[in-house]
This record gives sequence, structure tokens and C-alpha cells, in this order.
Amino acid sequence: MSLIEITEVKKRFGDNEVLKGINIDVAPGEVIAIIGKSGSGKSTLLRCINGLETIDEGSIQVAGAQLLPDEVHLKALRLKVGMIFQSFNLFPHHTVGGNVMLSQMVVKKTPKAEAEAMARRMLDRVGLLHKFDAYPDELSGGQQQRVAIARALAMQPMALLCDEITSALDPELVQEVLAVVKELAREGMTLLMVTHEMRFARDVCSRVVFMHQGRVHEIGPPEEVFGAPKTAELRQFLGV
Amino acid sequence: MIEFTTWDILRNLLLAARWTVVLSLVSFAGGGLLGAAILVLRIGRGRWGRRLAKGYVELFQGTPLLMQLFLAFFGLALFGIDVPAWLAAGLALILWTASFLAEIWRGCVEAIARGQWEASASLGMGYFQQMRWVILPQALKIAVPPTVGFSVQVVKGTALTSIIGFVELSKAGTIVTNATFQPFTVYGFVALIYFALCFPLSQASRILERKLNVAHRNH
Repeated sequence: MSLIEITEVKKRFGDNEVLKGINIDVAPGEVIAIIGKSGSGKSTLLRCINGLETIDEGSIQVAGAQLLPDEVHLKALRLKVGMIFQSFNLFPHHTVGGNVMLSQMVVKKTPKAEAEAMARRMLDRVGLLHKFDAYPDELSGGQQQRVAIARALAMQPMALLCDEITSALDPELVQEVLAVVKELAREGMTLLMVTHEMRFARDVCSRVVFMHQGRVHEIGPPEEVFGAPKTAELRQFLGV
Repeated sequence: MIEFTTWDILRNLLLAARWTVVLSLVSFAGGGLLGAAILVLRIGRGRWGRRLAKGYVELFQGTPLLMQLFLAFFGLALFGIDVPAWLAAGLALILWTASFLAEIWRGCVEAIARGQWEASASLGMGYFQQMRWVILPQALKIAVPPTVGFSVQVVKGTALTSIIGFVELSKAGTIVTNATFQPFTVYGFVALIYFALCFPLSQASRILERKLNVAHRNH
């Protein structure tokens, strides 16, 4: 049984068709890396799964929740799948703890004490419990991104979408974020990540999707995709 | 001929200045409430609401305040509605203030990064929850300095109501000049009183801007 089912998804921005019929099924616990050149549609695909972009054709389902453009369906979908962004997008007017508590209290109506306990557990999980009362702008980029992960986890999603989550970080901060993601993968979280960290994709992911011009050009286990690329485009992308 | 002392002049002007202050406060408070309502339409998701709000703003920003005052005072009289000067003045200023505040605040809401919308959406928040908990608290902070700054325009705008016969500071200046034949002294005082009202406001705006923006801290 697939957790995420992406079927014949097409997406146009005006005349520009960025997704030309995508089919991917993701099983629970799978860790999938989506790689490809910029403009290949990989970020758009990820954003579609969370309903941040509408789709023109096809369907997307996450654990039975269908992607439909109305607020009720979007909310149901988003409760099942969290998202981490390249630019962290923490709420600057809330403390770290407040960031992790807010959506629990607002969306799930969790009582404050419970939300706080959950926030502390999640912040502990990403190693930032001691920053509970700090504000986002007092944190490094890597720390902010870890808070963003804790914030998404606090909603107890079944899957996480990671959109180039280390691309905005200084090189020395990339590893601390990847370590957290690796730990999540080990614990069995379903992950879909758009990434440029090829070594990480090779080490951690169960499958790698190579996107090219709005299509899934190659898909397979990392040994296959990285070790024996079948198409010229992938070979050129990997530089082998 | 009666002699007027400087104190006589100043006293009469200060008494009239009370009405400038009252009219400013009423315009600002009323305009703020109406402006907030227009803002809700302007940034809401209803297409007709957005158009209506946009039309309103363009109408009231695109015509002189003086014309709006004339229309409120003489225009309504044409339809047999007898509008006292104070009511026409208050009404026109409220409508005019609302159009500017709505537009200032719209800019503040739109200044909030798209990522804040996306992050809150991805956490499952609906439109009103996003507004209430994420967007407006941040927009409010940005809005304070320009809003206080605009209040200076409202104070100066009240001067125009003298033309429809509302006795505030400017009208009192004209009346006192007609009695004393000392235009330079009288209008000099009038200008000073306006300055005394506006300067603290523009200063406050500047200080608030600095305070709310220290090293771009958002909390």
C-alpha cells in the first residue's frame, strides 16, 4: 500500500508546462531523493504534493487524503504531510518554542501544556531544547532549519517534504541538518527530498528520482541511478 | 476701534484649535475603523470585494479632499439633506482618511514574505488563522510608523474644512484676522499651533520606526 500516490500529474504556468505527467508511488518509510537541473520541475512537484501549487491534471493522494483546492481538503492533506523550506520560514515574532507550539494550538486545538510538552520533545529530538526561549534571529541558519523540522514534526505528519533544505546554509552548517534528517529516516519517517547533496542521497535514500524537463527521466535505487545511469541526460547531470 | 492684545488673538486661536484636535481624532479613529474594513475586503479572497475596495481607494485618493468636502456639504444639500458643517467635515475626512490608511496597511500586509504564508499553510492553517496568528502580528509592527506619520496629514487636512464654514483653527485665523487686521501675527500663530500639533507626531513616527526596526528584530 502506497502512502503517497502521484498519478499522471500535469502542471502548467501559462504556456509553460513544468510537469508533464508524473507518476510516483511512495511506500511508507521510503526515503526518496529528487534530483535534477533547476527548471526540471522538482520543486514544483514537491510543492504540489503539499497543495502549495494547484495541479492541472492527474491526482495526488497522501494516505487517503486527496489533493483538492478547497480549504477543508487542503487542511486534511497538510495534516498528513509536513514541509520544510529552503528559507526556513520560521515565524520571527515567536520564540523557538512558540514556533513549534503555534500550529498545534491553532490547527489541532491542542491545549497549551500539551503543545508545550510536544514542542520540548521535538526540540530535544533536533538537539535544540536549550533554545526554547530564543527568537529565530538569534539562531544560526542550521539551527533555524532544525527548528523548522521540529515545527513540522510536532504536527505528527506521516511524511515530510524537504525542499532543498540545506541550499541556503553555509557549508559547515549543512551536516547538522542532514544528521537530523538521517536520524528521521532511520526512525522510519517517509521523506521526499529535493536535494543537491548527492552523497547524502546515495547514503540515505531508498530510491532516487531524476527529473528532466518535467518528466521522471530515471528512477531507481541509488546504486543504480548513481552507479549505472541509463540515459545521457543523467550521465551529463552527474558529470560522469 | 477696539485694540486686541496678542493674548486675545492667541486665546481665540487656541480655543478654536480644540476643534482641530477633535476633528483630527474623530477622522483618524473613524478612518481607522473604516480603513480596516476596506483592508479586509482589499486583501480578502472575494474578487468583488477586492474590486470594490480598490475602486473606493482610487476614488478617494484620486480626487482632492476639497472636492469631497464640497460634495459632502453642498452636494447632499441638493438632495434636500441638510448637513451641518461639522458633520460634512467629519464624514469627508473619515472617508478620505480610510482610503489612505487602507492602502498603507495593504502595503504592510503585502510586505510579509511569501514564505510566511507558505509555512503557515503547510502546517494546516486556514486563511483566517494565517492572518490572525502569522501575518497581521508582523504587519502591525511595520504599520505603526507610517500610520502615525499619516496622522500628520490628517491634522493638516482638517484645515480645508474651514472652507465649508467649520470653525477650527484655520477658520478662526480668518475670523480673527478680519477683526484685528493683523494677518501676519494671526497666521503666524496659526502656523505655529499646527506645527506644535504635527511635530510631536512626525517625531513619534521617526522614533517608532527606529525602535521597531532595531537590527531588523521582529519581536
